[in-house]
Amino acid sequence: MAQGKYKVVQGPEAYFPPAAAIMGVTLPDAGDAIAEGEIVPESSAVELIARKLKEAKNPVICPGPLIVWQWSDDASPKAAAVKELAEACKAKILPMQDYRAKRINPAAEISPNHPNVTILHNEIDVCVFVGVHSHFENVALRLIRGGTNCYTIALSEYAASDEAMISLRDAGVEKIKEIIKILKET
Amino acid sequence: MSKKIITPVKEFEDLLTPDYKELIADGPYNSGPKTIDDLGSFREIIEPHPHCAGCGVSLGIRLGMASLPSPEDTIIIGTPGCSYFALTQSALNYSCTAFGNQNSVASGLKRMLKIRYPEKHKDVLVMVGDGGVADIGLDYTLHSWFRGENIATVMLDNEVYGNTGGQESGMTVEGAILNMAPTGKKFPKIPVFEIAKTSGCVYTAKVTVASPKKLGEAIRRAILIAREVGPTYVQVYSPCPTNLKFPPSQTLAIAKEGEKSYYKYEEYMTDEAKKYLSRINES
Ligand SMILES: Cc1ncc(C[n+]2csc(CCOP(=O)(O)OP(=O)(O)O)c2C)c(N)n1
Ligand SMILES: [Mg+2]
Repeated sequence: MAQGKYKVVQGPEAYFPPAAAIMGVTLPDAGDAIAEGEIVPESSAVELIARKLKEAKNPVICPGPLIVWQWSDDASPKAAAVKELAEACKAKILPMQDYRAKRINPAAEISPNHPNVTILHNEIDVCVFVGVHSHFENVALRLIRGGTNCYTIALSEYAASDEAMISLRDAGVEKIKEIIKILKET
Repeated sequence: MSKKIITPVKEFEDLLTPDYKELIADGPYNSGPKTIDDLGSFREIIEPHPHCAGCGVSLGIRLGMASLPSPEDTIIIGTPGCSYFALTQSALNYSCTAFGNQNSVASGLKRMLKIRYPEKHKDVLVMVGDGGVADIGLDYTLHSWFRGENIATVMLDNEVYGNTGGQESGMTVEGAILNMAPTGKKFPKIPVFEIAKTSGCVYTAKVTVASPKKLGEAIRRAILIAREVGPTYVQVYSPCPTNLKFPPSQTLAIAKEGEKSYYKYEEYMTDEAKKYLSRINES
Protein backbone atom coordinates (compact mmCIF):
# COMPACT_ATOMS: atom_id res chain seq x y z
CA MET A 1 0.00 0.00 0.00
CA ALA A 2 2.99 2.25 0.54
CA GLN A 3 3.54 2.27 -3.25
CA GLY A 4 0.41 4.32 -3.83
CA LYS A 5 -3.17 3.64 -4.71
CA TYR A 6 -4.10 0.12 -5.72
CA LYS A 7 -5.75 -0.18 -9.12
CA VAL A 8 -8.21 -2.85 -10.10
CA VAL A 9 -7.20 -3.42 -13.71
CA GLN A 10 -7.02 -6.12 -16.36
CA GLY A 11 -4.79 -9.07 -15.42
CA PRO A 12 -3.34 -11.50 -15.35
CA GLU A 13 -2.19 -10.02 -12.07
CA ALA A 14 -1.18 -13.00 -9.95
CA TYR A 15 -2.18 -16.58 -9.18
CA PHE A 16 -4.50 -15.10 -6.56
CA PRO A 17 -4.30 -11.29 -6.30
CA PRO A 18 -4.97 -9.49 -3.02
CA ALA A 19 -8.55 -8.51 -2.23
CA ALA A 20 -9.18 -4.97 -3.47
CA ALA A 21 -10.80 -4.08 -0.14
CA ILE A 22 -7.64 -5.06 1.77
CA MET A 23 -5.64 -2.84 -0.59
CA GLY A 24 -7.76 0.14 0.39
CA VAL A 25 -10.41 0.18 -2.35
CA THR A 26 -13.74 1.35 -0.95
CA LEU A 27 -17.31 1.06 -2.22
CA PRO A 28 -19.19 4.08 -3.66
CA ASP A 29 -22.01 5.97 -1.97
CA ALA A 30 -25.33 6.41 -3.76
CA GLY A 31 -24.90 8.42 -6.97
CA ASP A 32 -21.33 7.28 -7.45
CA ALA A 33 -19.79 4.21 -9.02
CA ILE A 34 -16.40 2.53 -9.01
CA ALA A 35 -13.92 2.38 -11.89
CA GLU A 36 -10.55 0.63 -11.64
CA GLY A 37 -10.55 1.07 -7.87
CA GLU A 38 -11.50 4.78 -7.87
CA ILE A 39 -14.82 6.34 -6.94
CA VAL A 40 -16.28 8.13 -9.98
CA PRO A 41 -19.64 9.80 -10.76
CA GLU A 42 -22.18 7.23 -11.83
CA SER A 43 -22.88 8.94 -15.16
CA SER A 44 -19.27 8.62 -16.28
CA ALA A 45 -19.19 4.96 -15.25
CA VAL A 46 -22.35 4.31 -17.27
CA GLU A 47 -20.67 5.87 -20.33
CA LEU A 48 -17.49 3.91 -19.76
CA ILE A 49 -19.45 0.66 -19.56
CA ALA A 50 -21.21 1.45 -22.84
CA ARG A 51 -17.87 2.25 -24.51
CA LYS A 52 -16.19 -0.91 -23.25
CA LEU A 53 -19.09 -3.02 -24.49
CA LYS A 54 -19.11 -1.27 -27.86
CA GLU A 55 -15.36 -1.74 -28.37
CA ALA A 56 -15.33 -5.35 -27.17
CA LYS A 57 -14.56 -8.09 -29.68
CA ASN A 58 -16.34 -10.80 -27.73
CA PRO A 59 -18.46 -9.39 -24.92
CA VAL A 60 -20.29 -11.87 -22.74
CA ILE A 61 -23.00 -11.27 -20.16
CA CYS A 62 -23.14 -13.64 -17.19
CA PRO A 63 -26.53 -13.45 -15.44
CA GLY A 64 -26.45 -15.01 -11.98
CA PRO A 65 -29.01 -16.88 -9.88
CA LEU A 66 -30.73 -13.68 -8.70
CA ILE A 67 -32.12 -13.18 -12.21
CA VAL A 68 -31.96 -16.68 -13.67
CA TRP A 69 -34.56 -18.00 -11.23
CA GLN A 70 -38.01 -16.66 -10.40
CA TRP A 71 -37.38 -16.32 -6.67
CA SER A 72 -38.70 -12.74 -6.73
CA ASP A 73 -41.06 -10.73 -8.88
CA ASP A 74 -38.16 -8.41 -9.77
CA ALA A 75 -36.17 -11.17 -11.45
CA SER A 76 -38.04 -11.35 -14.74
CA PRO A 77 -38.09 -7.60 -15.62
CA LYS A 78 -34.39 -7.36 -14.90
CA ALA A 79 -33.72 -10.47 -16.98
CA ALA A 80 -35.60 -8.84 -19.86
CA ALA A 81 -33.45 -5.69 -19.56
CA VAL A 82 -30.29 -7.80 -19.51
CA LYS A 83 -31.40 -9.60 -22.65
CA GLU A 84 -32.00 -6.27 -24.34
CA LEU A 85 -28.53 -5.12 -23.27
CA ALA A 86 -27.02 -8.26 -24.79
CA GLU A 87 -28.76 -7.55 -28.08
CA ALA A 88 -27.66 -3.90 -28.07
CA CYS A 89 -23.98 -4.81 -27.75
CA LYS A 90 -24.17 -8.15 -29.56
CA ALA A 91 -23.03 -10.05 -26.51
CA LYS A 92 -23.41 -13.74 -25.87
CA ILE A 93 -25.14 -14.80 -22.65
CA LEU A 94 -23.51 -17.50 -20.52
CA PRO A 95 -25.46 -17.98 -17.29
CA MET A 96 -24.10 -18.66 -13.81
CA GLN A 97 -26.95 -20.93 -12.85
CA ASP A 98 -25.86 -21.38 -9.24
CA TYR A 99 -22.74 -21.62 -7.12
CA ARG A 100 -22.30 -25.38 -6.93
CA ALA A 101 -18.72 -26.63 -7.06
CA LYS A 102 -19.46 -29.06 -9.85
CA ARG A 103 -18.14 -29.77 -13.30
CA ILE A 104 -19.44 -27.36 -15.95
CA ASN A 105 -19.61 -27.05 -19.71
CA PRO A 106 -17.47 -23.93 -20.32
CA ALA A 107 -19.06 -23.31 -23.71
CA ALA A 108 -22.48 -22.88 -22.12
CA GLU A 109 -22.12 -21.65 -18.53
CA ILE A 110 -19.79 -20.03 -16.00
CA SER A 111 -19.02 -21.09 -12.42
CA PRO A 112 -17.81 -18.80 -9.63
CA ASN A 113 -15.50 -21.55 -8.43
CA HIS A 114 -13.44 -21.59 -11.62
CA PRO A 115 -14.64 -18.74 -13.84
CA ASN A 116 -11.37 -18.61 -15.76
CA VAL A 117 -12.24 -21.86 -17.52
CA THR A 118 -15.19 -20.18 -19.23
CA ILE A 119 -13.34 -16.88 -19.88
CA LEU A 120 -10.39 -18.63 -21.54
CA HIS A 121 -12.42 -21.27 -23.36
CA ASN A 122 -14.56 -18.63 -25.07
CA GLU A 123 -11.82 -15.99 -25.41
CA ILE A 124 -14.03 -13.43 -23.67
CA ASP A 125 -12.47 -9.95 -23.64
CA VAL A 126 -15.23 -8.14 -21.72
CA CYS A 127 -17.61 -9.79 -19.29
CA VAL A 128 -20.57 -8.39 -17.39
CA PHE A 129 -21.71 -9.92 -14.10
CA VAL A 130 -25.31 -9.20 -13.19
CA GLY A 131 -27.56 -10.90 -10.65
CA VAL A 132 -24.72 -12.65 -8.85
CA HIS A 133 -24.68 -12.51 -5.02
CA SER A 134 -21.83 -10.22 -3.91
CA HIS A 135 -19.83 -12.79 -1.96
CA PHE A 136 -19.55 -15.11 -4.96
CA GLU A 137 -19.20 -12.24 -7.42
CA ASN A 138 -16.27 -10.94 -5.43
CA VAL A 139 -14.25 -14.13 -5.46
CA ALA A 140 -15.08 -14.91 -9.11
CA LEU A 141 -14.06 -11.45 -10.32
CA ARG A 142 -10.83 -11.65 -8.34
CA LEU A 143 -10.03 -15.00 -9.94
CA ILE A 144 -10.69 -13.52 -13.39
CA ARG A 145 -8.38 -10.53 -12.92
CA GLY A 146 -5.82 -12.87 -11.36
CA GLY A 147 -5.60 -15.29 -14.24
CA THR A 148 -6.95 -13.68 -17.44
CA ASN A 149 -6.83 -10.40 -19.34
CA CYS A 150 -10.60 -10.10 -19.46
CA TYR A 151 -12.13 -6.71 -18.63
CA THR A 152 -14.78 -7.14 -15.92
CA ILE A 153 -17.97 -5.14 -15.34
CA ALA A 154 -20.40 -5.70 -12.46
CA LEU A 155 -23.95 -4.36 -12.44
CA SER A 156 -24.77 -4.80 -8.77
CA GLU A 157 -28.28 -4.75 -7.36
CA TYR A 158 -27.07 -3.38 -4.02
CA ALA A 159 -23.55 -2.22 -3.16
CA ALA A 160 -21.28 -2.40 -6.28
CA SER A 161 -18.33 -4.77 -6.50
CA ASP A 162 -14.82 -3.56 -5.64
CA GLU A 163 -13.29 -6.50 -7.51
CA ALA A 164 -14.73 -5.45 -10.89
CA MET A 165 -12.95 -3.02 -13.18
CA ILE A 166 -16.15 -0.98 -13.40
CA SER A 167 -19.16 -1.45 -11.21
CA LEU A 168 -22.49 0.30 -10.68
CA ARG A 169 -24.44 0.08 -7.44
CA ASP A 170 -28.27 0.02 -7.24
CA ALA A 171 -28.16 -1.22 -10.82
CA GLY A 172 -31.77 -2.09 -11.57
CA VAL A 173 -33.70 -2.01 -14.82
CA GLU A 174 -33.43 1.78 -15.22
CA LYS A 175 -29.66 1.88 -15.12
CA ILE A 176 -29.38 -1.01 -17.54
CA LYS A 177 -31.67 0.94 -19.89
CA GLU A 178 -29.34 3.95 -19.65
CA ILE A 179 -26.46 1.81 -20.91
CA ILE A 180 -28.65 0.45 -23.71
CA LYS A 181 -29.63 4.00 -24.69
CA ILE A 182 -26.00 5.11 -25.04
CA LEU A 183 -25.14 1.94 -26.96
CA LYS A 184 -27.96 2.63 -29.42
CA GLU A 185 -27.06 6.30 -29.83
CA THR A 186 -23.38 5.80 -30.56
CA MET B 1 -36.46 -22.05 -0.30
CA SER B 2 -39.50 -22.90 -2.32
CA LYS B 3 -40.17 -24.23 -5.79
CA LYS B 4 -39.56 -20.73 -7.09
CA ILE B 5 -35.83 -21.22 -6.73
CA ILE B 6 -36.01 -24.07 -9.21
CA THR B 7 -38.29 -22.22 -11.63
CA PRO B 8 -36.34 -20.29 -14.28
CA VAL B 9 -37.39 -16.87 -15.55
CA LYS B 10 -38.82 -17.24 -19.05
CA GLU B 11 -36.13 -14.93 -20.48
CA PHE B 12 -33.32 -17.38 -19.72
CA GLU B 13 -35.18 -20.68 -19.84
CA ASP B 14 -33.67 -21.75 -23.15
CA LEU B 15 -30.14 -20.83 -22.02
CA LEU B 16 -30.08 -23.33 -19.19
CA THR B 17 -27.74 -26.29 -19.61
CA PRO B 18 -29.31 -29.75 -20.03
CA ASP B 19 -28.53 -30.84 -16.45
CA TYR B 20 -30.63 -27.97 -15.07
CA LYS B 21 -33.41 -28.55 -17.57
CA GLU B 22 -33.51 -32.18 -16.41
CA LEU B 23 -33.44 -31.16 -12.75
CA ILE B 24 -36.45 -28.90 -13.32
CA ALA B 25 -38.47 -31.35 -15.37
CA ASP B 26 -37.37 -34.62 -13.90
CA GLY B 27 -35.82 -33.94 -10.51
CA PRO B 28 -37.29 -34.46 -7.06
CA TYR B 29 -38.75 -30.95 -7.03
CA ASN B 30 -41.44 -30.97 -9.67
CA SER B 31 -42.11 -34.57 -10.57
CA GLY B 32 -43.31 -35.74 -7.16
CA PRO B 33 -41.44 -36.95 -4.08
CA LYS B 34 -38.76 -39.54 -4.65
CA THR B 35 -37.47 -42.42 -2.60
CA ILE B 36 -34.56 -44.83 -2.75
CA ASP B 37 -36.69 -47.09 -4.98
CA ASP B 38 -36.76 -44.41 -7.67
CA LEU B 39 -32.96 -44.01 -7.87
CA GLY B 40 -31.79 -44.30 -11.46
CA SER B 41 -35.08 -43.02 -12.86
CA PHE B 42 -34.83 -39.30 -12.03
CA ARG B 43 -32.32 -36.45 -12.04
CA GLU B 44 -30.74 -36.48 -8.62
CA ILE B 45 -29.91 -33.54 -6.38
CA ILE B 46 -26.24 -34.48 -6.35
CA GLU B 47 -23.83 -34.82 -9.24
CA PRO B 48 -21.50 -37.77 -9.85
CA HIS B 49 -19.30 -37.70 -6.74
CA PRO B 50 -15.72 -36.42 -6.61
CA HIS B 51 -14.65 -38.76 -3.79
CA CYS B 52 -12.28 -41.74 -3.82
CA ALA B 53 -13.51 -44.91 -5.54
CA GLY B 54 -15.80 -46.91 -3.29
CA CYS B 55 -16.44 -44.02 -0.90
CA GLY B 56 -19.01 -44.95 1.74
CA VAL B 57 -19.63 -41.33 2.73
CA SER B 58 -20.66 -40.27 -0.78
CA LEU B 59 -22.99 -43.27 -1.02
CA GLY B 60 -24.56 -42.31 2.31
CA ILE B 61 -25.13 -38.79 1.02
CA ARG B 62 -26.60 -39.97 -2.25
CA LEU B 63 -29.06 -42.22 -0.43
CA GLY B 64 -29.89 -39.49 2.06
CA MET B 65 -30.53 -36.94 -0.67
CA ALA B 66 -32.98 -39.32 -2.34
CA SER B 67 -34.94 -39.61 0.90
CA LEU B 68 -35.67 -35.97 1.73
CA PRO B 69 -39.43 -35.49 2.30
CA SER B 70 -39.40 -31.98 0.79
CA PRO B 71 -36.07 -30.97 -0.77
CA GLU B 72 -37.27 -27.50 -1.79
CA ASP B 73 -37.84 -26.69 1.87
CA THR B 74 -34.66 -28.28 3.20
CA ILE B 75 -31.38 -26.73 4.20
CA ILE B 76 -28.39 -28.93 4.89
CA ILE B 77 -25.75 -27.86 7.38
CA GLY B 78 -22.32 -29.41 7.02
CA THR B 79 -18.86 -28.97 8.43
CA PRO B 80 -15.34 -29.69 7.14
CA GLY B 81 -14.78 -33.33 6.23
CA CYS B 82 -15.16 -35.53 3.17
CA SER B 83 -18.96 -35.04 3.14
CA TYR B 84 -18.36 -31.43 2.13
CA PHE B 85 -17.32 -32.40 -1.40
CA ALA B 86 -20.64 -33.99 -2.28
CA LEU B 87 -22.81 -31.55 -0.32
CA THR B 88 -21.27 -28.44 -1.86
CA GLN B 89 -22.29 -29.56 -5.34
CA SER B 90 -25.83 -30.54 -4.44
CA ALA B 91 -28.74 -28.59 -5.91
CA LEU B 92 -29.96 -27.73 -2.42
CA ASN B 93 -29.54 -24.98 0.10
CA TYR B 94 -26.32 -25.93 1.83
CA SER B 95 -24.15 -24.17 4.35
CA CYS B 96 -20.76 -25.29 5.65
CA THR B 97 -19.92 -24.16 9.18
CA ALA B 98 -16.64 -23.79 11.04
CA PHE B 99 -15.61 -27.29 12.13
CA GLY B 100 -17.82 -28.59 14.91
CA ASN B 101 -20.29 -25.70 14.96
CA GLN B 102 -22.89 -27.41 12.81
CA ASN B 103 -25.57 -28.01 15.46
CA SER B 104 -25.30 -24.47 16.81
CA VAL B 105 -25.66 -22.97 13.34
CA ALA B 106 -28.51 -25.37 12.59
CA SER B 107 -30.29 -24.39 15.83
CA GLY B 108 -30.12 -20.71 14.98
CA LEU B 109 -31.26 -21.25 11.42
CA LYS B 110 -34.16 -23.44 12.46
CA ARG B 111 -35.36 -20.89 15.00
CA MET B 112 -35.10 -18.12 12.45
CA LEU B 113 -36.96 -20.16 9.83
CA LYS B 114 -39.77 -20.89 12.30
CA ILE B 115 -40.22 -17.15 12.83
CA ARG B 116 -39.97 -16.28 9.16
CA TYR B 117 -42.22 -19.09 7.88
CA PRO B 118 -44.61 -19.89 10.74
CA GLU B 119 -47.06 -21.64 8.43
CA LYS B 120 -44.54 -23.97 6.79
CA HIS B 121 -42.09 -26.69 7.82
CA LYS B 122 -38.55 -25.82 6.81
CA ASP B 123 -36.33 -28.83 7.45
CA VAL B 124 -32.86 -28.28 8.85
CA LEU B 125 -30.67 -31.34 8.41
CA VAL B 126 -27.14 -31.63 9.77
CA MET B 127 -24.99 -34.01 7.72
CA VAL B 128 -21.40 -34.38 8.93
CA GLY B 129 -18.61 -36.84 9.69
CA ASP B 130 -17.87 -38.80 12.85
CA GLY B 131 -15.10 -36.37 13.81
CA GLY B 132 -17.57 -33.50 13.41
CA VAL B 133 -20.15 -35.08 15.73
CA ALA B 134 -18.18 -37.17 18.21
CA ASP B 135 -15.05 -35.07 18.67
CA ILE B 136 -14.83 -31.43 17.71
CA GLY B 137 -18.58 -30.76 17.66
CA LEU B 138 -19.62 -33.03 20.54
CA ASP B 139 -20.41 -30.26 23.01
CA TYR B 140 -22.51 -28.26 20.52
CA THR B 141 -24.25 -31.41 19.32
CA LEU B 142 -25.18 -32.49 22.84
CA HIS B 143 -26.35 -29.05 23.83
CA SER B 144 -28.61 -28.82 20.79
CA TRP B 145 -30.16 -32.12 21.93
CA PHE B 146 -30.47 -31.00 25.56
CA ARG B 147 -32.21 -27.85 24.36
CA GLY B 148 -34.64 -29.89 22.29
CA GLU B 149 -33.94 -28.14 19.00
CA ASN B 150 -36.10 -29.24 16.05
CA ILE B 151 -33.22 -30.44 13.90
CA ALA B 152 -32.15 -33.80 12.47
CA THR B 153 -28.50 -34.81 12.83
CA VAL B 154 -26.88 -37.44 10.60
CA MET B 155 -23.42 -38.78 11.36
CA LEU B 156 -21.61 -40.30 8.37
CA ASP B 157 -19.37 -42.63 10.35
CA ASN B 158 -16.31 -43.75 8.41
CA GLU B 159 -14.47 -44.34 11.70
CA VAL B 160 -11.62 -41.97 10.80
CA TYR B 161 -10.74 -38.39 9.94
CA GLY B 162 -10.83 -39.17 6.24
CA ASN B 163 -10.44 -35.69 4.87
CA THR B 164 -7.17 -34.96 6.65
CA GLY B 165 -5.46 -38.23 5.85
CA GLY B 166 -6.29 -40.77 8.54
CA GLN B 167 -6.21 -39.59 12.14
CA GLU B 168 -8.24 -41.57 14.69
CA SER B 169 -11.60 -40.18 15.71
CA GLY B 170 -13.64 -40.97 18.79
CA MET B 171 -15.63 -43.32 16.53
CA THR B 172 -12.60 -45.31 15.36
CA VAL B 173 -12.79 -48.86 16.66
CA GLU B 174 -10.45 -49.81 19.48
CA GLY B 175 -7.13 -51.18 18.24
CA ALA B 176 -7.51 -49.86 14.67
CA ILE B 177 -4.21 -48.82 13.08
CA LEU B 178 -4.47 -45.79 10.82
CA ASN B 179 -2.03 -43.69 8.82
CA MET B 180 -1.67 -41.31 11.72
CA ALA B 181 -2.47 -43.70 14.56
CA PRO B 182 0.37 -46.18 14.03
CA THR B 183 0.16 -47.84 17.44
CA GLY B 184 -3.59 -48.34 17.25
CA LYS B 185 -6.50 -46.63 18.96
CA LYS B 186 -6.49 -47.02 22.72
CA PHE B 187 -10.19 -46.75 23.65
CA PRO B 188 -13.51 -47.97 22.23
CA LYS B 189 -15.99 -46.11 20.00
CA ILE B 190 -17.70 -43.22 21.81
CA PRO B 191 -21.28 -44.36 22.48
CA VAL B 192 -22.88 -41.38 20.72
CA PHE B 193 -25.88 -43.49 19.73
CA GLU B 194 -26.64 -44.34 23.37
CA ILE B 195 -25.86 -40.81 24.53
CA ALA B 196 -28.35 -39.44 21.97
CA LYS B 197 -31.22 -41.36 23.58
CA THR B 198 -30.46 -40.04 27.05
CA SER B 199 -29.75 -36.51 25.86
CA GLY B 200 -33.10 -35.60 24.40
CA CYS B 201 -33.25 -37.23 20.96
CA VAL B 202 -36.79 -38.45 20.36
CA TYR B 203 -35.76 -40.63 17.42
CA THR B 204 -32.49 -42.44 16.78
CA ALA B 205 -31.47 -45.02 14.20
CA LYS B 206 -28.27 -46.90 13.46
CA VAL B 207 -27.97 -47.97 9.81
CA THR B 208 -25.36 -48.77 7.16
CA VAL B 209 -24.95 -47.91 3.50
CA ALA B 210 -25.40 -51.61 2.71
CA SER B 211 -29.10 -51.34 3.64
CA PRO B 212 -30.29 -48.42 1.49
CA LYS B 213 -34.01 -48.77 2.26
CA LYS B 214 -33.48 -48.74 5.99
CA LEU B 215 -31.12 -45.78 5.63
CA GLY B 216 -33.60 -43.84 3.50
CA GLU B 217 -36.48 -44.57 5.85
CA ALA B 218 -34.41 -43.57 8.90
CA ILE B 219 -33.44 -40.23 7.39
CA ARG B 220 -37.00 -39.55 6.24
CA ARG B 221 -38.38 -40.33 9.71
CA ALA B 222 -35.67 -38.30 11.42
CA ILE B 223 -36.55 -35.25 9.33
CA LEU B 224 -40.32 -35.62 9.78
CA ILE B 225 -40.16 -36.21 13.54
CA ALA B 226 -37.74 -33.31 14.05
CA ARG B 227 -40.37 -30.97 12.59
CA GLU B 228 -42.67 -31.17 15.59
CA VAL B 229 -41.46 -33.57 18.25
CA GLY B 230 -37.78 -32.85 18.92
CA PRO B 231 -34.17 -33.54 17.96
CA THR B 232 -33.41 -36.72 16.03
CA TYR B 233 -30.23 -38.62 15.23
CA VAL B 234 -29.21 -41.11 12.55
CA GLN B 235 -25.82 -42.80 12.65
CA VAL B 236 -24.76 -44.17 9.26
CA TYR B 237 -21.88 -46.60 8.86
CA SER B 238 -20.11 -45.46 5.69
CA PRO B 239 -16.73 -47.23 5.54
CA CYS B 240 -13.68 -45.59 3.95
CA PRO B 241 -11.58 -47.84 1.67
CA THR B 242 -8.78 -45.28 1.37
CA ASN B 243 -8.05 -45.01 5.08
CA LEU B 244 -9.26 -48.36 6.35
CA LYS B 245 -7.25 -49.93 3.52
CA PHE B 246 -9.68 -52.32 1.90
CA PRO B 247 -10.38 -52.59 -1.85
CA PRO B 248 -12.97 -50.03 -3.07
CA SER B 249 -15.12 -52.85 -4.43
CA GLN B 250 -15.60 -54.15 -0.87
CA THR B 251 -17.36 -51.14 0.68
CA LEU B 252 -20.80 -52.74 0.72
CA ALA B 253 -19.43 -56.09 1.96
CA ILE B 254 -17.62 -54.35 4.82
CA ALA B 255 -20.73 -52.34 5.69
CA LYS B 256 -22.82 -55.53 5.59
CA GLU B 257 -20.30 -57.24 7.86
CA GLY B 258 -20.70 -54.33 10.28
CA GLU B 259 -24.40 -55.14 10.55
CA LYS B 260 -23.47 -58.37 12.33
CA SER B 261 -21.93 -56.52 15.26
CA TYR B 262 -21.80 -52.85 16.27
CA TYR B 263 -23.87 -51.67 13.32
CA LYS B 264 -26.74 -54.07 13.83
CA TYR B 265 -29.88 -52.16 12.80
CA GLU B 266 -31.45 -50.34 15.71
CA GLU B 267 -34.27 -47.85 15.80
CA TYR B 268 -35.66 -46.07 18.84
CA MET B 269 -38.41 -43.53 19.18
CA THR B 270 -40.41 -42.04 22.01
CA ASP B 271 -44.14 -42.71 22.26
CA GLU B 272 -44.81 -39.16 21.22
CA ALA B 273 -42.64 -39.60 18.11
CA LYS B 274 -44.45 -42.85 17.31
CA LYS B 275 -47.85 -41.15 17.57
CA TYR B 276 -46.73 -38.26 15.42
CA LEU B 277 -45.38 -40.58 12.76
CA SER B 278 -48.54 -42.66 12.56
CA ARG B 279 -50.62 -39.50 12.44
CA ILE B 280 -48.75 -38.11 9.44
CA ASN B 281 -48.53 -41.48 7.73
CA GLU B 282 -52.32 -41.74 7.91
CA SER B 283 -52.94 -38.27 6.51
C1 LIG C 1 -11.41 -26.15 13.87
C2 LIG C 1 -10.82 -27.08 12.86
N1 LIG C 1 -9.95 -28.04 13.27
C3 LIG C 1 -9.44 -28.90 12.38
C4 LIG C 1 -9.77 -28.84 11.06
C5 LIG C 1 -9.14 -29.78 10.08
N2 LIG C 1 -10.05 -30.83 9.65
C6 LIG C 1 -10.75 -30.72 8.50
S1 LIG C 1 -11.67 -32.09 8.17
C7 LIG C 1 -11.10 -32.85 9.57
C8 LIG C 1 -11.52 -34.23 9.94
C9 LIG C 1 -12.88 -34.61 9.53
O1 LIG C 1 -13.19 -35.87 10.00
P1 LIG C 1 -14.67 -36.38 9.99
O2 LIG C 1 -15.56 -35.41 10.67
O3 LIG C 1 -14.69 -37.77 10.51
O4 LIG C 1 -15.08 -36.35 8.44
P2 LIG C 1 -14.53 -37.28 7.23
O5 LIG C 1 -13.52 -36.47 6.49
O6 LIG C 1 -13.98 -38.53 7.81
O7 LIG C 1 -15.74 -37.54 6.41
C10 LIG C 1 -10.23 -32.02 10.29
C11 LIG C 1 -9.55 -32.38 11.56
C12 LIG C 1 -10.66 -27.81 10.65
N3 LIG C 1 -11.06 -27.69 9.38
N4 LIG C 1 -11.17 -26.96 11.58
MG1 LIG D 1 -14.82 -39.50 9.44
